[in-house]
Amino acid sequence: MELLLDSLFNGVAIGSVLLVAALGLAIVFGLMGVINLAHGELMMLGAYTTYVTQLIFKLPVLKPYYNAYVIVSIFFAFIVSGVVGILLEKTVIRKLYGSPLETLLATWGVSLILQQFVRSVPLAYGTGLVISLIIGLFLPTVFPLKVKESIYFKYVKFSSWIFAALAGVLSGSLISSSVSKLSRASARNVDVTAPAWMRGQVEILGTAFPKTRLMIIIITLISVVSITLFLNQSAWGMRIRAVTQNREMSDCLGISTEKVDVLTFGIGSGLAGVAGVAVSLLGSVGPNVGGNYIVGCFMVVVLGGVGNLLGTILASFGIGIMTDLIGAGRLLSIWPEMPLPISNTINFFATTSMARVMIFALIVIFLQFKPTGLFPQKGRMVES
Amino acid sequence: MGQLPNLNEFMRISRRIFAGLATASLAVTVTSCGGGSDTSGSFDDTVTVGILHSLSGTMAISESTLVDTEKMAIAEINAAGGVTVGGKSYKIDYIVEDGASDWPTFAEKSKKLIDQDGVPVVFGGWTSASRKAMLPVYESKDAFLYYPIQYEAQECSNNIFYTGASPNQQSEPATDFMYKRSPAAGKPFFLVGSDYVFPRTSNTITKEQLKSLGGKVVGEDYLPLGNTEVAPIISKIKKALAPSGGGVIINTLNGDQNVAFFKQIQDAGITPSNGYYVMNYSIAEEEISTIGPEFLEGHYGAWNYMMSIDTPESKKFAADFKALYGSDRVVADPQESAYNMVYLWKQAVEDAGTFENSAVREALVGQTFDAPQGPVEVMPNHHLAQTVRIGLIKPEGGFEILEETDGVVYPQAWNQFEPSSKGYACDWTDPSKGERYKL
Repeated sequence: MELLLDSLFNGVAIGSVLLVAALGLAIVFGLMGVINLAHGELMMLGAYTTYVTQLIFKLPVLKPYYNAYVIVSIFFAFIVSGVVGILLEKTVIRKLYGSPLETLLATWGVSLILQQFVRSVPLAYGTGLVISLIIGLFLPTVFPLKVKESIYFKYVKFSSWIFAALAGVLSGSLISSSVSKLSRASARNVDVTAPAWMRGQVEILGTAFPKTRLMIIIITLISVVSITLFLNQSAWGMRIRAVTQNREMSDCLGISTEKVDVLTFGIGSGLAGVAGVAVSLLGSVGPNVGGNYIVGCFMVVVLGGVGNLLGTILASFGIGIMTDLIGAGRLLSIWPEMPLPISNTINFFATTSMARVMIFALIVIFLQFKPTGLFPQKGRMVES
Repeated sequence: MGQLPNLNEFMRISRRIFAGLATASLAVTVTSCGGGSDTSGSFDDTVTVGILHSLSGTMAISESTLVDTEKMAIAEINAAGGVTVGGKSYKIDYIVEDGASDWPTFAEKSKKLIDQDGVPVVFGGWTSASRKAMLPVYESKDAFLYYPIQYEAQECSNNIFYTGASPNQQSEPATDFMYKRSPAAGKPFFLVGSDYVFPRTSNTITKEQLKSLGGKVVGEDYLPLGNTEVAPIISKIKKALAPSGGGVIINTLNGDQNVAFFKQIQDAGITPSNGYYVMNYSIAEEEISTIGPEFLEGHYGAWNYMMSIDTPESKKFAADFKALYGSDRVVADPQESAYNMVYLWKQAVEDAGTFENSAVREALVGQTFDAPQGPVEVMPNHHLAQTVRIGLIKPEGGFEILEETDGVVYPQAWNQFEPSSKGYACDWTDPSKGERYKL
């Protein structure tokens, strides 16, 4: 029983990291059909946001609230990655809809640019840049409709960008002067330290579980629940689903597909940012952190069936549990007196590298029989 | 028309400002180079050496510290009058090439340095993969590479000079210490490493050594490079070591995989206070400060050089480095090794009286140097005899040195625990012996 519980928890722990990382991609790739190779780098931005938030919360003013910085950084990371995603959609991806190969190359280029950006630009100024982007993109939208429709609105827009740039420079230099660690560019990996209440273990049903893993499971759970509610209950969620099912018809019926695209991509990117927070709790934060996860993300989305959240969820937990079963050699402890040839084979695959090989092989075999994944999408869009 | 002269005036002024700025920035550049140019009058000639490390890509963080140290050693030698060969004094100049963390690039740039720039020596490399890629280039051109990193050995080239530790100068004393004298003495061992040549070879040696000591290895696992999911490894460690109330973990993980590993084992209760002790072969002062001493406190490391060595040479080395590159910088074993090799090359060239390769090679064997770690000596197998130290990682970072070998340990290019190389040795001073001969 304890063994089963331990195995189940480990599987869920590994699976929830995969799930939170793949969730944003499932939306961008699944609902929009965009192959976004910069997804990993949006995760990396989320991880760096956690780091910057952590340092800002170490300032004397915010020190009493230090314990809450992880929670705050989840929101920050969502916004930062979301805004960068929106910018990416507006400048690059919008021009490339319907040409997946070009999208693939362009987003790969963007991922290299983002990696080099965090290597060569001091994080304080990176933060300033992101702040000015946020203000510049959102300030024009808060004006009343009367202002927006006036012919002088372009001047309003222009001046709000100037304001945004000023605010960005100011906040950048403010952060750089108050947190010296952020004032220099560094290719070095940085470290996010979980606050004291998130370290150590907690006992559940007689087995000890690391608290950070539990936190990641909670983050994943909240992300999944809120995105499902959003897609199924809200008006915008309905529009997104409508555009996914039939773009032309939705356009004819007065849904702004352009706005839907921006929103979908922004949400997908924002979820990547949230995944970045989760990942930063497990390992170090560096320019390459996203690259470590991108293959796993695509694996989960493809296995689950493109465009299906339930498939993504089942696929990631499936892969998580398989990784643990094979990689930790658990079958041996469940059935210790199995025949020698079988136990030797299991022992051979009971290392982390061989478990990966085995899982990839199993997925390839599975896709031979069900090429569209666990839950293939049905409907008009698929046939066209 | 009246506007035109104004414009010209403006252009002239701005040009002047620009020229002024350019001169100022040039002056800054020159002074920041260490002011090597003002002593150039006293040299008869210059000799250009090659420096080849990764300045971009994943290895850049580690390898750039070696470039810094090698530049420092060269600047010191130049300040002390340069290299004197055949009565002429030479100023050392260098060309830095970027291996870009890409192994074929290391081979390509080596060719460029040897053929195009005609350098007499190249200081370079970090990963074993980069060394293996460069080796054929140096052997075919009979050029010379100085390689500064502790490595798995089982190699002995006539064209490479290894200043890092061979396994019998790091992992063997460390295993011995963990099995006999650590708080987990006599307990079983678990081996964890990144999945590439150094951890696998090093662990094979550790397993053989433990077999002869009577110890037990209860598990072994390798993490593919770039993978940071250590949950299955943690449950394996617990399953294997918990029955004996803890034990020893030998860690040969690389780079940022260590961060994930230590963060998560601490959360899982695999800590020194619970009886689990990790001996690390790839964690030096630099890594302790990046991973965070709060995760590493109470675990162990084994190196030839540790920053906490309390000798004037060691303190001077650390202080000079900090003075040059900033007070927050640290020095570690690989850097000391890189520093030593520049000096050893200089001494060998001066003794040989020429920059010519075969003469330098002959003069190199037997060279001694008062390194920051203590005296070192070049052995006939092109490795360095050096002192081995075992350190306990302190809560504030850095090592507390627990043990050091009595004098130098002689390097073995061919490991004596590993069955395939047992009974073999390497000696380049005797033409009948060479790379691998039976003892």
